Amino acid sequence: MNPTPLWVIFVGSLFTNNILLASLLGMCSFLVCSSRVETALGLSAAVVFVMTCTTMLNYLIYYFVLLPLHLDYLSFVVFISVIAAFVQFVEMFVERFSPKLYYALGIFLPLITVNCAILGAVLFMVIRQYDFAQSTVFGFSAGLGWGLAILLMAGLREKMGYSNVPEPLRGLGILMLVTGVIAMAFMGFAGMLNVQ
Amino acid sequence: MAAVSKGAACGVCGAGKCKETLAAGIRGNNPVLVQAIGICSCLAVTNKVENAMVMGIALTATASLSGLFMSMIRNITPPRIRMIVEIALISVFVICFDQILKALYWDMSKQLGPYVGLIITNCILMGRLEAFALQNPPMLSLVDGFSNGLGYALVLVFVGCVRELVGAGTLLGMVVLPESLYQTNLLFVLAPGAFFTMGLLIWLVNAFGPRKPEKKP
Repeated sequence: MNPTPLWVIFVGSLFTNNILLASLLGMCSFLVCSSRVETALGLSAAVVFVMTCTTMLNYLIYYFVLLPLHLDYLSFVVFISVIAAFVQFVEMFVERFSPKLYYALGIFLPLITVNCAILGAVLFMVIRQYDFAQSTVFGFSAGLGWGLAILLMAGLREKMGYSNVPEPLRGLGILMLVTGVIAMAFMGFAGMLNVQ
Repeated sequence: MAAVSKGAACGVCGAGKCKETLAAGIRGNNPVLVQAIGICSCLAVTNKVENAMVMGIALTATASLSGLFMSMIRNITPPRIRMIVEIALISVFVICFDQILKALYWDMSKQLGPYVGLIITNCILMGRLEAFALQNPPMLSLVDGFSNGLGYALVLVFVGCVRELVGAGTLLGMVVLPESLYQTNLLFVLAPGAFFTMGLLIWLVNAFGPRKPEKKP
């Protein structure tokens, strides 16, 4: 089992080992959904919720069903199915209780299924051999870290609308460079602690 | 065979469009640079050329095979459940690849870590199945998957070369720039270097690449 204390996992996944800026996961929706702060906020709330719950669910399934039955080679299929089913649930929930948010998120709610950050968190949980409490904290804080990054980006992009970016660099190019700078800033925390 | 695509010479292999399809994925419609999909793994595994090559091969194989099989069963798959069929199909090939990697190249499997499993959620695979394999005959879908995979692999290897060279002064593990001449820049092996290299590559492609910039009215 992994001896890392819970608070280290929490702070670590927020800053030093941010799932987006250090592990480079969840880029697609990060790039597309970060143009407005409101949308980014809704999406990151959905991601935090889905990530926490799917990490817990997949932990239970992996250690209590797949491993005892020696079916761990099927883990990819099982993980992604759990995530897909769960996202379907969240989608119905949001559609029922917040139609405004539902229209704002549009196509990207189903796309959480193929958001690699979600599956990535689950796979990291298995590789780092977290126990149940650690997995829960990790899922929650990794989601929060992803949300932090996309919110920062959305704030910057709203300001960036006023700046004069060279023509060929507009769009994806400048986003990459700005994300690089954010990632560099987050690396400043790297000396503090490290999550394994 | 039903539903022959437009302009295809033959319903089974679509011979008339093979070359076109092959070229589109690599140049005009490159998945990473033009369509901006599949960026995550493109950034994450390119700290070494070796990793980039393995990842490129894995994705090309998975994309080709899943395209082929999805296209074969496209007429008997109910539209409502096609997404889950696609994901299941992709997972099967990724699991095969993961097992092969674990059995034969344990070190490489360790290094790539979760990113092998994450091929499942690579947007290129789902994207090509949705956009191409559902409407086109099997062999053409195979070619489409192959060309998109190859386009992805080329970008990956290029980014890998730049990062490994600047970051560690080596290529494929061999020393190209000795440390006495060149002070390595570790930043390029870490995450920010990935963003900078990708950003600059996109800049270059937009400025000098095949795609003409849109004219403003």
